[in-house]
Amino acid sequence: MLSNIGTTLVVFTLFISFFIINASFVDLKNTNKLVSKKLYKFSLLQSTFIIVAFFTLITSFVVSDFSVINVFQNSHSTKPLFYKIVGTWGNHEGSLLLWINILVIFSYLFLLYNKNSKKNYRLYTLVIQNLLIIVFLVFLLINSNPFSPIYPVPVEGLGLNPILQDPALAVHPPLLYIGFVGSSIYFSAATASLLTSYKGKFFAASIKSWVLISWCFQTLGIIVGSIWAYYELGWGGFWFWDPVENASLLPWFVITALMHSIILLEKRDTAYHWTIILCLLAFTLSVTGTFLVRSGILNSVHTFANDPSRGLYMLFFLSVMILSSVSIFFKKLTKESYNFSTYSKETLILVNNWFMAFFLFTVLIGTIYPIFSEVLTETKVSVGPPYYNIVIIPLLIPFLLLMAIGPNMSWVKNNYINYKKNILIFILAVFINVAIYIYFGSYSILSSLIIISSLCLILSSLIDAIKTKDKFNIVNFSRITSHLGFGLMIFFIGINHNFSIEKDFNLKVGEERNFKDFKINFSSLDIKENKNYKAIVGKFLITEKKSNNKNILEPEIRIYNKPETLTYEASIRTKFSSDTYLTMSNISRSDYYNIKFQKKPFMLWIWISAILISMGGFIRLIKIKKINEI
Amino acid sequence: MKFSFSKVFTYLFIFFIISVFFIGLKKSNIYDTKNLINQKINDFKLPALNQDSVITDFNLTKNNYTLINFWASWCLPCRDEHIYLMTLKKEYDLKILGINFKDEKKNAVKFLKKLGNPYYLTLVDDTGKSSVNFGIYGIPESILIDKELKIIKKFIGPINQTNILEIANIIK
Repeated sequence: MLSNIGTTLVVFTLFISFFIINASFVDLKNTNKLVSKKLYKFSLLQSTFIIVAFFTLITSFVVSDFSVINVFQNSHSTKPLFYKIVGTWGNHEGSLLLWINILVIFSYLFLLYNKNSKKNYRLYTLVIQNLLIIVFLVFLLINSNPFSPIYPVPVEGLGLNPILQDPALAVHPPLLYIGFVGSSIYFSAATASLLTSYKGKFFAASIKSWVLISWCFQTLGIIVGSIWAYYELGWGGFWFWDPVENASLLPWFVITALMHSIILLEKRDTAYHWTIILCLLAFTLSVTGTFLVRSGILNSVHTFANDPSRGLYMLFFLSVMILSSVSIFFKKLTKESYNFSTYSKETLILVNNWFMAFFLFTVLIGTIYPIFSEVLTETKVSVGPPYYNIVIIPLLIPFLLLMAIGPNMSWVKNNYINYKKNILIFILAVFINVAIYIYFGSYSILSSLIIISSLCLILSSLIDAIKTKDKFNIVNFSRITSHLGFGLMIFFIGINHNFSIEKDFNLKVGEERNFKDFKINFSSLDIKENKNYKAIVGKFLITEKKSNNKNILEPEIRIYNKPETLTYEASIRTKFSSDTYLTMSNISRSDYYNIKFQKKPFMLWIWISAILISMGGFIRLIKIKKINEI
Repeated sequence: MKFSFSKVFTYLFIFFIISVFFIGLKKSNIYDTKNLINQKINDFKLPALNQDSVITDFNLTKNNYTLINFWASWCLPCRDEHIYLMTLKKEYDLKILGINFKDEKKNAVKFLKKLGNPYYLTLVDDTGKSSVNFGIYGIPESILIDKELKIIKKFIGPINQTNILEIANIIK
């Protein structure tokens, strides 16, 4: 029943998309300067249908309607209600429906909130966006229909993968998708801009808020994913350079570059083509990332069920999308002159873009290199953290320093750099670094340089913040927040990396282990029954010898019943100054447990500063909302 | 036609990437070491456990057959297979080279003292990197090679009675 309703709604949405394209072309011939009311109605209807379709799927998960294959494969009647709902987008088909929801909703909102832009530009954007919607709807219907029925109806479902049963993972995909899929709207807008020659600052103004929205959500999505990996995967790291993490990072670099270059276009009416390339690239890379992850061409921790025909369809669509956008771009490419003076804001914004492009290519090459090496030379390789660390970390130093100087440069030309202030900041940063070095212990020169340059950014952002106190300006405030967040994040990662303590050993109940400043006592072992899992809970008393601080940590080994899986839950005691992190795993046919102990300074601050980065974006959104109200 | 070169280049580049993805899709990407059979083992150079010497792949060309066994004292299945390795040594006169994987020397020595030493040589791979070069997923795992250092057979997981008979058949 629900299965039929869902499929019907999706088919209706598909028909409406065709109507919208048709009505847009009809409206293009109309000399009236306003977009036809009919299009607003169609778009609203389209959004309503697809949202209702999504809620239909959620309902079938909530009522455990196992006549739908997707529910059967990813849910179970004893699962807590919250995870039944979350299960809706915890699988390929459901998440594709979420993806289409965002495509459609953004299409409608763009139409609604860009009334000041030229009519033909708006209509072409609508047409291209609807072409994208059609492609994904067809993909959903012929290959990945979440509403596919199953007969005979099974009595019970297979359950959701336990490591996905987590609150952070409930919000991670929707956040990331708003970023990923949100970039589709400026892909469409950029193509429309080429087709209708709607250029310059008007174009910039029309897409700016959309770039900002997608950037904010994507940043937050990446952070939430990283937090999840930290406490769920049980390895104590928070970034693994896994292909899926990289896939989310690739469009992020582009969107970040775009956020900066769009300022150039808006304020100085320059770098138009570069901005267009970035707009096209953001969504192209989002789709490429999805292709790499979902087609099974790369291995990663995010295992979606793989299906070669799915990959083929996506690759075909990707090729058409790239080739058509590139050919439109070449057709409309005109010569553009750039003349910036060396010491100007323009130059530094471009420098930011070069860095972003560099980071992008580094990560892109690392991610797809294994595919190329296998296809071209038949050798299997895997590219791991050492590659990324070697290539990216040294480049962070000039990047951070330029980030500290850039925002205070003035437009067009600047003969006067505030040398005195910058040198003072630099000396102060070196001084703080030396203090940390002496007080907490030694680290490498590279680490020192990273810490110094991040301190430069932090200090100069703080000085800016104090300066703007008298003359409050939300644009500056949002920029300062994000830059400060970035500086702090790199600083705390640097400190965390150099002062983390890690120890691996085997213990059995009643035993004690001493090392460095810590004493760890394995006091007891309990069994805990829960609704959807059974847990073996270890109780550990950790004493810090110097301060005689005592902490009790209780890591778990969980045995989920549906599907039957073991997961290792880390026990983490978070404090302002550091996290104490403990995982235990069983050793078969033995009383011993393998214990992994970690003391990680400033973990909480890494998260806070990362969230600060995205907060900067959200602060900026308040201002944009105000403009629309006026 | 000012941009023709960059145009052609761009299109070729896109075409190249898409074709690689297309071919890549058809390949299985499951890590599999079966294709290593009949290939020569990679060069290696590892320190010995009990003496101050370094052994290379060249040393193995002196044996007609060598069974390279990857093990560690912390690995429980390695204990299970140990008795079979002892049998191989005693009854079939096969040279077994042990590679001690990511282990502590003290524990490794204790392990061999307690359970017997089936190896004519034990080498130390404390980081596990060389073992990966041999195409090892995890331990225990064993590789049977001939005089030319070609891999004849791979045994993933602990060696058992059936494996002993297979080996006996090959080396007779």
